[in-house]
Order: sequence, then C-alpha cells, then structure tokens
Amino acid sequence: MSSEDTPKDYSESPINLEYFYTAGSATTRFLNQVKEGNIVGQACPKCKAVYVPPRGSCPRCGVATDIEVPLTDKGCIESFTVVHIPIPGNPIVPPYVCAMIRLDGSNISFLHLIQEVEIEEIRIGMRIQAVWKPKEEWTHSLENIKWFAPIDEPDVDVATLRFQES
Amino acid sequence: MSDSKDLLRAPFELAYNYKRSSGPVMSKFFEALGHQKILGTKSSAGKVFSPAAEFDPETNEPLKEMIEVGPGGVVESFSWIEDPKHHHLIKEPFAFALIKLDGADTSMLHMVTQCNEADLRIGSRVKANWSEIQEQRITDIKFFTLEQ
Amino acid sequence: MKKVAIVGYAQHPILKNAGALNEVELIMPVVHQLFNDLGISQKDIDFTCSGSCDYLQGAAFAFVEGLSAIQTHPPIKESHVEMDAAWAMYESMLKIQMGDAETALIYGFGKSSPGDLDAIISLQMDPYYISPLWPDRVSLAALQARVLLDQNIITPEQMLATVIEARANSKNNKNALITDLIDESNYLNNAMVSSPLNQLDCPPISDGSSAMIIASEEKAYEFTDHPIWIEGIDHRIESSNLGSRNLATSKTLQASMNQLNFKNIKFDVAELHTQFSHELPFLKSLLNLQDIPVNLSGGPLVGNVMMCAGLDAIGKTYEALKENQFTHGLAHATSGPCLQHNMLVHLEAQK
Repeated sequence: MSSEDTPKDYSESPINLEYFYTAGSATTRFLNQVKEGNIVGQACPKCKAVYVPPRGSCPRCGVATDIEVPLTDKGCIESFTVVHIPIPGNPIVPPYVCAMIRLDGSNISFLHLIQEVEIEEIRIGMRIQAVWKPKEEWTHSLENIKWFAPIDEPDVDVATLRFQES
Repeated sequence: MSDSKDLLRAPFELAYNYKRSSGPVMSKFFEALGHQKILGTKSSAGKVFSPAAEFDPETNEPLKEMIEVGPGGVVESFSWIEDPKHHHLIKEPFAFALIKLDGADTSMLHMVTQCNEADLRIGSRVKANWSEIQEQRITDIKFFTLEQ
Repeated sequence: MKKVAIVGYAQHPILKNAGALNEVELIMPVVHQLFNDLGISQKDIDFTCSGSCDYLQGAAFAFVEGLSAIQTHPPIKESHVEMDAAWAMYESMLKIQMGDAETALIYGFGKSSPGDLDAIISLQMDPYYISPLWPDRVSLAALQARVLLDQNIITPEQMLATVIEARANSKNNKNALITDLIDESNYLNNAMVSSPLNQLDCPPISDGSSAMIIASEEKAYEFTDHPIWIEGIDHRIESSNLGSRNLATSKTLQASMNQLNFKNIKFDVAELHTQFSHELPFLKSLLNLQDIPVNLSGGPLVGNVMMCAGLDAIGKTYEALKENQFTHGLAHATSGPCLQHNMLVHLEAQK
C-alpha cells in the first residue's frame, strides 16, 4: 500500500542479524550435564563459592571455577515477583511467578518459574524442587526443568544463606 | 544443537523493529521522497546538503531552508560488488556509490546498478530510479542507473 | 599534564574462531598474564575500563558478563566503551589526569566469528540515510580506496606492497592469525570483494582479547623499571555525514598532528590501525612516516580483533619501544567508516 500522502515523523529501521552462538566451555560443561538431568555447579578454587549456572569464573576472586560440584534440584526461594504483563511470544499466561532460586549448596541464585501453588502462598524462604520435563524431551537447556514447585519442608531464613568469606 | 560433546553451538537471530523519530528536517526529506522528489538543505553561505543535513558540520549552523535537487547526479566514488551477499538489497552486480546530486554540494551514499563495472567511473552521470512502493525511507530511491 | 606510562601489555593469540571460549574465557588469560608479569593483582588497580561491542557476538550486555573475568569484589571503579579499547585507554588516561586514579587496567575483547561482521558494521552507520542500504565494511572502505587511487595519492603497487609486507612482518608477532607469505601473482589473482579491494586487501575475521596497564609516574616505577611514557594523546572525529567528508585527506589527523607538535618529534617506529591495504600508504604519507618502520607487527591485515586492534597498535608500539633501541613511537587507532575517528598516541622510552 502506498503511504506517500501521509507524512511520517519517524522512520523504520528494522534490524535482523543472524548468529551462530557458542556457549563457552564452562557453560558447555554445565549444559551437557543438564541434558542428562544433572545440575552441576562450579566452585572457586580460592573462596570455594559455588556458582550455578556457572559462567566459568569467580568474580569475587577473578579466577576460573574449575571444580565441578554436583548439586540437588532442591532449594529455596530467595526472592520472587508476580508477573502481570504479557510478554510477546511468551506462552505462559499471566499472572505467574518468577523467582530467584537458590539451590542447596550453591552461593548464587538464578531465575525460574514457580507453579503448582496459589500465588498468595508463595513466600521468600519457601522450599522448592525442580519439576522436570519427560526425559525424552531433555536438551541442552534449563528449560528441561518445567518449573519449581513447593515441597513439604520447613522454610529457610534466607539471611543465613549469605556468602560467608572463609 | 551440538556438533561435538565439547562444543555447544546454536544458531540464533537478533531482530528489532526500531522506529526512529525523524525530526523536522529529515521528516520533510522523507516526505518528499514519497512524492519522488529529492530535497537538500541550504546553508546561509549557499552550500547545499543532500541527503538533507540538520546542521552544517563545518559551521554548526542549523539548516532549515530546503530546495529540490537531482534526480540526476555525478558519481564521486564507488565500490563494485560482483557477488552480492545475503544482506545486500540488490541481488545483481551493483555498486555502492557516493553521488553528488545536481544542485547539491555533498554526496549521498546509494547504489548504482544495471551496468558493468567497466561502464562506471568517477564522474559518470547517473539518475535516480524509484521503488514501486514509497515508504518515506531512503530506499524509496530504488537505485541509480547510468544516464543515457 | 600528569606523566602517565604504559607498564604492561598482553595479547591473546588471535584466532579465526575462538569456538568454545566465551568472553570471560577470552579475557581472563590476558589479564592474569599481565598481573603475573608485574606481580600484582586487581587490588593494585584503581580503575578498570573495557572496550567491546555486544552486537559482534549478539549477546546483549556481554560486556557485563566480561567483567566476571576480573576480580570485582570488593566493588571496583569500572567503566566501558562500546568502541575499540584504545578509547578505554583514553578514558583511563583522563581518569588519571583528573586525579581519580593512579593505575588503570584496560582490556578489550572481540568475537566476530559467531555473527556477520559486514552486516553488523552497517549498524554503526547513520540509521536514517545509510544503514537501511546495508553497506558492508569493505564497500565503505573501498569508496575511500577508489578516491585515493583516482587522485594518485596512493598507487595499486603500494597496496600490493602493503599486503606482502604485512605477511612478512607477521613473523615478528607471535599472536598473528595470518602468517603465510604471498607473492604478486597470488595478490593479482585474488577475487575482488568490493572493487577496488580484493580479499587480501581486507583484514581477516578475528577473535581475541588484549589488556594493558597504565600508571601515574609515582606508581609506574613500582610496577616496572622500564615504563614507556605516554607523551601525547589526541582524538578527533569527522562528521557522520559520509557524503560531506573529503575522503582524500584527514582533517582530524592534521589537527591531532598540530596538537601533538609533530613538527618537533622524530618518530622511530609506528603502529597504525590500518585495516585495509590502501589505508597504510595513505596514513604513512599524511603522518610523514615514509622513512621509518611501520606496522612491524604486521598490523590488522594479519589479525584484526574488532574492539582490540586499536589498543593492539598502542600495545605493539609499546613492545617495539621496550624491546628495541627506539625512543619515539607513534600509535594510531581508528573507528567508524573511512577513518572517521582517529586517535594518535605518542609514546617515549627513556634511555
């Protein structure tokens, strides 16, 4: 359709770039384990902090995290937010809960979904566990975990989770 | 996704549909392109910038007066592409060229095609060809071709 | 101006495809090498500044991830430029001049292999008039090459000689990506990418990283007995309106040469951030460097890590002064199409 008669006060400049992304060796090690249903963090050889998912370095000490630390898929909610805004392309219908998940034995948290519970009941310190997709759907992705769901264990005081320098 | 156990790779695409405010000067330039007219801005010293500049980079003078230039012009420089890549807009051999439009003192970057590399030289006369659909973008000029 | 010196520089081997290495894994080895060479740690650094471009690898905020390569606890003073790390060095220099820091760590990293560099560099251009046409980096450079050839400012023979010499000089650079020699017939039979530039006139797609440490006079001697002094630094930009520039000369370089008092300096060696073969003879003539060794490292034609190659020109000049009997060195860094931004750095070794 011709639009020559309607002046525009903007110009469209669409960008479309194609990449072939490589994960990096630390992330590759991590995702290869995730494909098998295992969560393996990486520890700093100096301060012993455990990172999951690992980026390959300890920003506290500036050294590579070359110690592999198998972890469970259980942990607690360190913080959370209720998302009310639909995000284009996201199949999940709002409202839903995104939480910072702190796995047992890890010193950082990561974002994932909380389901199988009324939103009003979700609270900081709540114990949760991963709910995995069927094994045949597993790939190199944290999406192998559908979401985290509450388990029947006493809440944790998240203040006690703060990293203690040794 | 993985071509070896040691190296995870994945293709992905990054796309944004940015809309940029054109501002008063460029809006007029783009609106005129929609009417198949090319404008330039004229400084108080009489220097004409096309595509329309909002200010003179030498004197910092804001430029408001607009005059029509082209649609013919002269090639100031060009780079010839025999095998266009996927992101190029023209799929035949073509040139990126700096074209000084008739009546302008600065050049416009655009494309020249429908000729051979040997036909094109600095100083060649070219004229604008228009796109079938006018969108008030710089691509409303489809490309330039040699003047016969 | 406060006296500031370069006290160390390290470069990752330049790779065609860094493959599995992410930004952290590229940066960490060079930073550690520098720290080990000088026997220092991040705690000795007052200010850290990096240069990179997230679009290169398509990872938004990759520069923030990159910070994980260095020790950021306790919290550090840090900054980033979405440019070549030569400009991170410039910012660090200013930080020291202002008295906010005595020492600075500068690093750059670039991973061009995952994306399409030609398309990405189009996005650096004016988004209204130029980017929508998707001009690739080679075609833009070729516009200037043709102007220089047409006006006999440079010759095709000089371009050929530049390519042959760059490869011959790669033997001086243990990190060079391209090391095979070529002769005239290889060059003349090479396919044009964007005429008048053929494949050999263009730099290789490269992945890598580099790091540098600079320090004020008081601190420099704590780190090394042989600091190389930054005697002058100047940076200028031409208009982003490509069609209004005179591509046959460089007003910015002329202004910087005056600012740095070139008339009174006899340079012994220079490293120029000349990515395409026509740029080297052009800048040699503009900067009056015809009689001295230029790009002994081979320069960007044998390895061109985007967002690092400018810092590398400074680093290679530093190395040349440190390892040879040279006194005055000139380094050049550039950004934007057709040498739009130019930075000149005058380095001096005290003998």
